[in-house]
Amino acid sequence: MNILYYILIITGAVFYAAGGLGLLRMPSIYTRAQAGTKATTLGTMLTLIGVGVVHPAWLPKILLIIVFIVLTNPVGSSTLIRSAYRSGVKSSVEPAVDDLGPHYEKEAE
Amino acid sequence: MIANIIFFSLVALGIIFSIVRMVLGKTPFDRVLGIDVINIIITGLLVVIAGILDNPLYLDIAIVFAILAFLETVVFARYLEGRE
Repeated sequence: MNILYYILIITGAVFYAAGGLGLLRMPSIYTRAQAGTKATTLGTMLTLIGVGVVHPAWLPKILLIIVFIVLTNPVGSSTLIRSAYRSGVKSSVEPAVDDLGPHYEKEAE
Repeated sequence: MIANIIFFSLVALGIIFSIVRMVLGKTPFDRVLGIDVINIIITGLLVVIAGILDNPLYLDIAIVFAILAFLETVVFARYLEGRE
């Protein structure tokens, strides 16, 4: 049981460090948001399940936190990136597909 | 014990990378993204600290912290979007 706990929390912490590294090294705000948000969401899920393995009585609250993180973390990141797009932050390369552009041009008219 | 040290070292690495991005960040959105990532990491850290100290009170703190972190990101995004 303890071995499973240690494996889960250390794997989660590796994902935390990878998310931070992606945040530091990625070239533009859009790729940074993807690296940071996805890696840390998975890291939080693994870490919290690891704590739930050694404390089964805490599982309801831990599952509540996991559901909350999985629901709100992508929403917050998406809101932030949409506001960056509307403020005109450029991507590092010219995007091949840009579905949001025509939508906002039409809205501006 | 050594596993706990590895865990906290990796978490500290993630937080330090995010702080460097907040200091270097060219746009305000980079800085808010750094705060966002730090908040998620701290939520996981609080739950692990609750397990190490064997005190379920920290779980409630983690729930409230997650809610406030989400609100903080959304409010900052809306504020930066409205600013010209």
